[in-house]
Amino acid sequence: MATLETTRREFLVGTGALVVSFSLAPAARAQMVGAGKPVAPDQVDSFLAVGKNGTVTMYTGKVDIGTGIRVALPQMVAEELDLPLDKIQLIEGDTALTPDQGPTWGSLSVQVAGVQLRQAAATARKALLEMAAQRLGKPPADLGVRAGVVFVVTEPQRRVSYADLIGDQSFNLKLDPAAPVKNPKDHTIVGQPVPRPDIPGKVTGTHIYIQDFRVPGMLHARVVRPPAIGATLQSVDESSIKAIKGARVVRQESFLAVVADSEWAAVKAAKALKATWSSWEGLPEPSKLWEHVRATKIAKDDVAVDRGDPKAAIAGAAKKVTATYDFAIHTHGSMGPSCAVADVKAGKAEIWSPSQAPHWLRREVAATLQMDPKDVHVQYLDGAGCYGRNGHEDATCDAALISKLIGKPVRVQWSREDEHGWDPKGPPTLVEITAGLDTQGNIVGWQSELWVPKADITEWPRTLAATFAGIAQKEAINPGNIHRNLDPSYPFANQKAVAHRLDSTPFRPSWIRTPGRMQNTYANEVFIDECAAAAGADPVEYRLRYLGDPRGIAVLRAAANLAKWDQRPSPRRDQSGTIARGRGVAYVKYENARTYCAGVAEVEVNKQTGAIRCTRFYVAHDCGQIINPDGVRAQIEGNIIQTVSRTLKEELKWNRSRVTSVDWASYPILRFPEVPEVVMELISRPSEPPWGVGEPAAVLPPPAISNAVFDAIGVRLRSVPFTPDRVKKATAG
Amino acid sequence: MITLSVNGKSRTLDVEPDTPLLYVLRDNLELHGPKFGCGLAQCGSCTVLIDGKAVRSCSLAVSKVGAGKVVTLEGLGTPQKPHPIQQAFIDEQAAQCGYCINGMVMQTAAFLGARQGNPSEREIRQALQNNLCRCGTHQRIVAAVKRAAALMGKGA
Repeated sequence: MATLETTRREFLVGTGALVVSFSLAPAARAQMVGAGKPVAPDQVDSFLAVGKNGTVTMYTGKVDIGTGIRVALPQMVAEELDLPLDKIQLIEGDTALTPDQGPTWGSLSVQVAGVQLRQAAATARKALLEMAAQRLGKPPADLGVRAGVVFVVTEPQRRVSYADLIGDQSFNLKLDPAAPVKNPKDHTIVGQPVPRPDIPGKVTGTHIYIQDFRVPGMLHARVVRPPAIGATLQSVDESSIKAIKGARVVRQESFLAVVADSEWAAVKAAKALKATWSSWEGLPEPSKLWEHVRATKIAKDDVAVDRGDPKAAIAGAAKKVTATYDFAIHTHGSMGPSCAVADVKAGKAEIWSPSQAPHWLRREVAATLQMDPKDVHVQYLDGAGCYGRNGHEDATCDAALISKLIGKPVRVQWSREDEHGWDPKGPPTLVEITAGLDTQGNIVGWQSELWVPKADITEWPRTLAATFAGIAQKEAINPGNIHRNLDPSYPFANQKAVAHRLDSTPFRPSWIRTPGRMQNTYANEVFIDECAAAAGADPVEYRLRYLGDPRGIAVLRAAANLAKWDQRPSPRRDQSGTIARGRGVAYVKYENARTYCAGVAEVEVNKQTGAIRCTRFYVAHDCGQIINPDGVRAQIEGNIIQTVSRTLKEELKWNRSRVTSVDWASYPILRFPEVPEVVMELISRPSEPPWGVGEPAAVLPPPAISNAVFDAIGVRLRSVPFTPDRVKKATAG
Repeated sequence: MITLSVNGKSRTLDVEPDTPLLYVLRDNLELHGPKFGCGLAQCGSCTVLIDGKAVRSCSLAVSKVGAGKVVTLEGLGTPQKPHPIQQAFIDEQAAQCGYCINGMVMQTAAFLGARQGNPSEREIRQALQNNLCRCGTHQRIVAAVKRAAALMGKGA
């Protein structure tokens, strides 16, 4: 480890603590790769290495896409090892050095990868104590650890350090699921709001993003996209760019790119290049999207829940409530368009990518280049936040293919139009729900149907590079686990929820933060509000009628208390004037398996213009054990604000050939004056397992805002986004 | 040849005159603080100061900079010696992915540089309305601007 060349250091200025993170310089990296470091996920050495200098290097296949796991995961390891955080080095997402812990998705980094790292650390600690027991002549039970030094509790001067016990040597141990982990009441690092190590570099311009990364001899490339998604390239006029110094065309079938020595020359060449494409108009008419969805062939039905006899219960009910909800096609909307660097030569591919899934990407690149994955090495570097699979993987495969075609290292930088127009999309989502109410307004039966594309969940979506270059690839579509949370978070006696998995969807789909869980919870939580209104009941009280789960009840009550919930049925009918105010609630148990959250939105609706402002958003959140409370807060703030934006503003626009919302003017997002104040309460349960935080609270804004608007003006919004036009239309009935 | 004043130094460069300032800063001067976000002056990620004013460097040809004094994020401070605005962003942990943060810091520098007195929350939100953030860090950014104003003695 001492031979590693440190190319990047960042300091925890706030606490005076030091965390060093580094990316390996090419020479040092080659040495490491050659050294054959273990990466199997059942080996301690795959996750941890103790250096002679007393530092511990930890390895994770997860990557910090802006979420703060760069400090949370080290907190978990430092805690188990009784090591100060400044003695931990972290390596993320290098396919040669890190175990494959799956893509960084699904709010699973702490919950799964962190717990795995904790168990590796617990196994290591147990082994270190046993080694120390031999060395010190005392049983492990008589030993303590402080700052990486094992000592005899009764004679603290008798001691030996981790570095002296195993420095620069391997553990050669399997992860021991029975190795004891620390009692949470002894935690001193876990549970603390430790500042993130990357922020000083990010606010001073020294942090290295993929966009900043260069390798010697590298050319700048831009991919030239067709004017229609399904078009094929008919001809290219290479002379059209001959005035641009150093620029040239790279082509394989319909995959078209330009490369140049300077970035600006590549930008200009991409714009100037004259190419002829076939015409294609395979997209549905935008105004007929939902008819198109309903008419799409169903590949199969997934039953999310089937309990009791909802059909009979609804048929015999005193009152029937039915509603349909739709949620528009969305883009990820990363602030920085995707970018990657590739160097493909002599049968090997070196890849630098901001992908959330470096280990997957290794296989994707191998498929694109028709190489063996073992000849592909992917190193993660930060990009702009991706919020699911955005364009990062496509840009990476673009770079790999161009580098292979020209035999030189290449940097591909997507344009804004590329990112908005060509990143894979969150698919259109349609939900229909029917419930029967008894004479007291209680739900006696619940039936729901969902129309969403099928998912080949273990496959990556088709890449643009392979599609246009005519490289064979699986025709998989994968929008993520978008059926989850279709079954409502309430244990109704009679309920059935069916997901119709469609054979196709208009735009190449992928997962966007909180995929499906956001759309399904939106439908469920607006619908239960509709039932509450039909029953003349207070929306919080109505939900509490059905919630048996004490942790669920606790978060719902906490959110209501935080918001000083005014208990009464919706809508309120005491307002005159142009601006009407309302409050709405939403609740979820995420995937009906983990993190509980509840939220209350406060809105102002302008009855004349139809404009909605979400002024404040209250959240109560129980993710079990909290590793870094400030990190949890940041993720919840982000979940709420990003999803308020999705709820009020965002909608993909297209014509029959292509996406037309290709910038921030045509695909607007929330701006500072429109951002709600986010107020939250974290319910800390240190003795419970730590659950995910990066997604769950994002389910709350669409239903809470719809319910708040209903409270304000008595109009039900069932179609996201809630634009002024839609509000006016819904008001007009 | 084009001569620029960047972060207090005079730099002479052999670049095409229509090259946007952003590319010159990033690719020729290796100043990576300003980021490419849209190339359309819509998002603010590329913001620099020219003579104290916030300018979208993605949409300004380098030949138009003239004698203007360009200051980038790097020209404000370093991790070891951050500018009060940068320190305030660190103290408030006001970054997630951090890609927009250059723009937030530079827009704040122009905003606070041009005024006296502590800004209100409303004024801060107005000042940043043409800077986009996708991670949802807005609340912390506003808090950081308030803190920066206090650190810079704007209340005095």
